[in-house]
Amino acid sequence: MKNDLVLIVCRKLLLAFLTLGLVGMGLASHSLAAPPPESILINGAGASFPYPIYSKWFSDYNKLHPDIQINYQSIGSGGGIKQLLAGTVDFGASDAPMTDEQLRQAKTRVLHFPTVLGAVVPTYNISGVSQELNFTPEILADVFLGKITKWNDPALAQANKGVKLPAEDIVVVHRSDGSGTSFVWTDYLSKVSSEWQTRVGKGTSVSWPVGLGGKGNEGVAGLVKQTPGALGYVELIYAVQNQLGYGRVRNSGGVFVKAELAGVTAAAASVARQMPEDFRVSITNPPGKAAYPISSFTYLLIPTRIDDPAKKKALTDFLHWMLADGQNTAEPLSYARLPKEVVAKELKSISRID
Amino acid sequence: MASLPITVERAGLQRRALNFLCRLRGGDEVAHLITLLAAASILLVTLLLVYELYGNSSLPRQKFGWAFLAGRTWDPVKENFGALPFIYGTVVSSALGLLIAVPLGVGAAIFLAELAPPRISNALTFVIELLAAVPSVIYGLLGIFVLVPLLRTVVQPFLKTTLGFLPLFQGPMFGVGMLAGGVVLAIMIIPFIISISREVLLAVPVEQREAALAVGATRWEATWRVVVPFARAGILASVFLALARALGETMAVTMVIGNDPRISASLFAPGYSIAAVIANEFAEATSDMHLQVLIELGLVLFFLTIVINGLARLVILSTTGRGTAH
Amino acid sequence: MGARETWRKFVNVFMFSLTGLCAFTAVGFLFFILGYLLWNGGRALNWAFLTHLPTPVGEAGGGMANAIVGSAKLLLLASLVGIPPGFLGGVYLGEFGGKTFSFLVRYTTDLLNGVPSIVVGIFAYTIVVLPLRHFSTLAGGLALGVMMIPIAVRSTEESLRTVPQTLREGALALGASKWKTVATVVVPAAGRGIVTGFVLDLARVAGETAPLLFTAFSNRFWSPGWNQPTASLPVMVFTYAISPYEDWHRQAWAAGLVLLLLVLVTNIAARLLVSGRMSVPQV
Repeated sequence: MKNDLVLIVCRKLLLAFLTLGLVGMGLASHSLAAPPPESILINGAGASFPYPIYSKWFSDYNKLHPDIQINYQSIGSGGGIKQLLAGTVDFGASDAPMTDEQLRQAKTRVLHFPTVLGAVVPTYNISGVSQELNFTPEILADVFLGKITKWNDPALAQANKGVKLPAEDIVVVHRSDGSGTSFVWTDYLSKVSSEWQTRVGKGTSVSWPVGLGGKGNEGVAGLVKQTPGALGYVELIYAVQNQLGYGRVRNSGGVFVKAELAGVTAAAASVARQMPEDFRVSITNPPGKAAYPISSFTYLLIPTRIDDPAKKKALTDFLHWMLADGQNTAEPLSYARLPKEVVAKELKSISRID
Repeated sequence: MASLPITVERAGLQRRALNFLCRLRGGDEVAHLITLLAAASILLVTLLLVYELYGNSSLPRQKFGWAFLAGRTWDPVKENFGALPFIYGTVVSSALGLLIAVPLGVGAAIFLAELAPPRISNALTFVIELLAAVPSVIYGLLGIFVLVPLLRTVVQPFLKTTLGFLPLFQGPMFGVGMLAGGVVLAIMIIPFIISISREVLLAVPVEQREAALAVGATRWEATWRVVVPFARAGILASVFLALARALGETMAVTMVIGNDPRISASLFAPGYSIAAVIANEFAEATSDMHLQVLIELGLVLFFLTIVINGLARLVILSTTGRGTAH
Repeated sequence: MGARETWRKFVNVFMFSLTGLCAFTAVGFLFFILGYLLWNGGRALNWAFLTHLPTPVGEAGGGMANAIVGSAKLLLLASLVGIPPGFLGGVYLGEFGGKTFSFLVRYTTDLLNGVPSIVVGIFAYTIVVLPLRHFSTLAGGLALGVMMIPIAVRSTEESLRTVPQTLREGALALGASKWKTVATVVVPAAGRGIVTGFVLDLARVAGETAPLLFTAFSNRFWSPGWNQPTASLPVMVFTYAISPYEDWHRQAWAAGLVLLLLVLVTNIAARLLVSGRMSVPQV
């Protein structure tokens, strides 16, 4: 008898616990999640290239203006463009400027706003090699085409005299998602290798001849970090934050340049004065001896017509802040600030947001 | 007197109407209607789902037709898409998963049904069934941080040195790849195989065992040669159901399979499954064609699972008559 | 005679030991998973994790409070979407059904059950996200709810079937109408099994990630109401796990632990509730 009673009580307690759990869920959804009543929620998505600085900016901006919450998700440049075109986000972000075809698909005109400059670096993880490696454009193209498969290939040895390269396989890592970083990388490879140009071409998503796919810059960095012998390409900040080795690339002036802010700024300088109205440029493989050859602007994609006036004001205010105070956080995170001429042009462009 | 027939008729009608009203007031008709509507809503949702999938994949169906299933390139730039690498990846990783999970699962089920005392058997089964509740993304988490390094540093080199003459175990060893995908799937589907097989084995009439033992078989021989074959259909059904689950598995696979749409003979090579490519590329397919191709892939996967589920039901149905499985 | 017998006896012991090994390996997997998560997740689990919002990439600290609440909201919505049609549909199949229509409904329910979760996500994207022009908790809840339906139907039907026919006949004999019998006698008799089925169903969708990727999306902040994207535990585990940041990895473990504990505790509680009396519906 007593046993039965205990069992019954236990069962009732369990039932109570489960119901409490369900009720608790319901309460939680309403009580906890209340932001300030006047808050403006803006959703954006896109490039993972600038994710570190965007997340810092949006967090800092939220601390300055607690009623403005800008939720940015790093889903890749391709995703940013797509969701913007589908209208499911308020703004997009991409390293690759939108193509004419994509702009045609947009319901309202889309403006490109360069935010920072970044560098895409060849990052590697080779056991026993801690020195910085040199990469020529030909080497990079051949590795990604699958023609160079081992680290001790003669071409690599030639460019890196004095470094003992192991006889390991090169594990190529690229993006599995639609990526502006991929666009910059393939844009560069298309410029320096005609074979790459004809066989693969440039784009946010291409048919990679070889390699593993990682999702986002985060995914590629993660794969490189965990795979000995890996060679991938990531935005500079991802290599730095994760203590991944990255190499020097020979620029069109013949100099092996390591991705540093000075090199990136030099690359941008060649375009700054002749920046087109819509800001869509490619600055890979620029002329000059100081430029880092795989640099890129990264853009916020803002529609010209925003129906919600509160959102419009919040976005335009943010853009002003980004072009002024925001630029100060760029360098500590290994992004180069925008050239002054570009900033001035952008400030004028903001007024075109209706 | 002539009005009588009419009165009788009206009385008949009235009676029927009154009957109906009574039943309505009684609530039965209403209850029937409500539950019917609910059941119909399920039909509607499913139909809507299939309609959406079919309707939103018209572009690639027109452009590629059936050749889509045999195409091997995946080139979003030139808009040339083929489903074969993904079908290959899905099928091979699932098959590998089954190859590992079925012996392990049936073995465990045999132990739990035949050898273990009931209390222990129930307790262990309880724990194993909890494995089925572990979310897929957690398998993926452990896959990335535990399984992949293990494969890369221990298992794959071992396989390469011992069985490296087989094309299955050649090529560079990344850790991630088809092998990792297969192993993760195996662990995920084991609880299904064990749980269903155990039930089926327990349902084998005790006379069968006793008969075998009576003619002098050892317990193992009785089990392996009499009980298991008797339960064969149910075990097979469990395999099909586990396969259906493996085919649709997304997160754990995409975290360890390498995400490369390549068909390779080696298990060390990276691959790609249908569910994984949809998860990775759906949010960002800019061109309509790319998006619809992904939806068409979803349709292909859906059909694959329908076929497998159908086969499972056929197996169960075809043998229920013989009284071997329930 | 002697040699063959010895061999057979050896095979007997050997094979059964092998099967025992299989069983303990399977059991071992669960303990390994739990243990590993407890070890790695436990270290990162602290009060900040449970109450703070996520911090920017690279900045240490920060938590997943919004993901925990987000998951709760999604599950609440999923139950509202999935349980009513599931329960009533199951009652129809178990109590009221006609022959052909029931067959059709059962077949379709099986079909729906076989839809891969990512495909359900696509479905919710096309019918909720695109027309409304945003990602939202609503879309995510709908996707999860649709996934709940088939199992809710099956578990309700199975539970109802275990109620002895005599109970129904007794009620009818006393003059109760059909619906009264079902509502006041049959369903309560099967009540425990039905509730368990729903709870297990809920626990299963709690861990689903794929359908949330392009419906509920994700959010670095709190998500008010139902019409904004929301963070959720499984998606956070995924996003943080594939990142290269150590701090995010630790948080992924902690989130994984929270998720696993919630799911396991729910499963254990639900199964104990029903223990012995009837077999648990196959989820």
